[in-house]
Amino acid sequence: MIRFKGYRRPDGATGIRNHVLVIPSVVCANRVARGIAQQVSGATWIEHQHGCAQLGADAELTAQVLIAHGTHPNVFGAVVVGLGCETNRAQDIAAAIQAKCPYKSVSLVIIQDEGGSVKATAAGVTAARQMVTEASCQEREFVDASALILGTECGGSDACSGISANPALGAASDMLIDAGGSVILAETTELIGAEHLVAARAVSESVARRCYEAIERCEASATAMKVDMRGGQPTPGNIEGGLSSIEEKSLGCIYKAGTRPLQDVIEYAAPVTKKGLVWMDTPGHDIEQITGMVAGGCQLVVFTTGRGTPCGSPIAPTIKVATNTAMFEKMNDNMDLNAGTIISGDESVDEVGIRIFQEMLEVASGKLSKAEALGFNDFAIKRIGPTM
Amino acid sequence: MGKIKVIVMKSSDNVCTVVESIEAGSVIAVQDKGEQISITVSERIPFGHKFAIRPIQHGDSIIKYGEVIGVATREIAPGQHVHVHNLESRRGRGDK
Repeated sequence: MIRFKGYRRPDGATGIRNHVLVIPSVVCANRVARGIAQQVSGATWIEHQHGCAQLGADAELTAQVLIAHGTHPNVFGAVVVGLGCETNRAQDIAAAIQAKCPYKSVSLVIIQDEGGSVKATAAGVTAARQMVTEASCQEREFVDASALILGTECGGSDACSGISANPALGAASDMLIDAGGSVILAETTELIGAEHLVAARAVSESVARRCYEAIERCEASATAMKVDMRGGQPTPGNIEGGLSSIEEKSLGCIYKAGTRPLQDVIEYAAPVTKKGLVWMDTPGHDIEQITGMVAGGCQLVVFTTGRGTPCGSPIAPTIKVATNTAMFEKMNDNMDLNAGTIISGDESVDEVGIRIFQEMLEVASGKLSKAEALGFNDFAIKRIGPTM
Repeated sequence: MGKIKVIVMKSSDNVCTVVESIEAGSVIAVQDKGEQISITVSERIPFGHKFAIRPIQHGDSIIKYGEVIGVATREIAPGQHVHVHNLESRRGRGDK
């Protein structure tokens, strides 16, 4: 049995962190949320541009993603901060988190009700200070690796991504699935041109059909802009790194999903309920993708990169795997593992895959990834409607 | 055996990826369908970029990973750089 040390929640979920999270319900509350978290050791926070002047399903998606971060198993408790007049009411966000997780500490601060930002910050600090003390008393316990949901991501890809880091991450993905866990494949844009290979692994015709539907929606939204998507996908940096088309990028991308059957295709930020490989329909935008996967319940992310990136989630540790040794050395502050040894012939894909899997278990047990140690808390919600 | 300088992902590929920048005029050993062939690289190929390992006609599919990654917009000779200047994507083309 493969195990790690995590936090067991009363509802059966498993966390790998015990964060106190400060959540602004609206962009206008960002500064207060940050001010609260920065005064309390052990608290982390979200910043975002949304929560007001949004309509219908778009407003609902923003609320869903924020609530999902509050209810996430990596979160011990949440302080929700509102302005007071926004579309996305802080009262509703806090109540929804408490309703789904009655065992969590949830506190509400509304800037207009408190009498301004200074008093609101003080109220939030008081609540968060109490929560971090309670959180610090909880102990990790041994948990089976099947409790893990891994989010896979490749960003700042280069031509080595499909040769080294992505195949190695694919080997690690297979190991987690064989241990009973779940793996998310995402970034639909970066599956254009490779969808037939993913669909061929679907467990049913309906899952295969949904692969093609996700790709058709994504490609139609690109063509509706009346331009060649090259430049946006692949990006100028991808092109400089040797990737010539979205098809080439995608064909390198899918290696990170390993070889096991595809169990399901789910919407952006929807909860991952199946074991095995699941495709979440997200944009290729790195931060919108991480945010969607974490909202779906993934506790940790393995992020392969050729050009190099420092980014990470506010609540889910992100392990960076460099595709080439030159970048691993140049951006070592931000890189956790090097898969460039596959290019140089010093290690096999499976050997690097085992190293990635071992690192996942260590990070799940509490080891800080570099993005965490440096405080990266990147967060972006996919928008599906106009700002009013 | 010298250090590996290029990788051919699948036997049906008509391009290879260079894992070390290659200067113009270099003669490079490439594994093609189990056989080692020598190709003279006609221009500088930066790390991570591709060159043709077989003659590619205008309009031919360009194959990497055993799959189509685009179409040649002009004739490409073995040893020539294959990139955005002579490879066109077939997907996500709102401009066409």
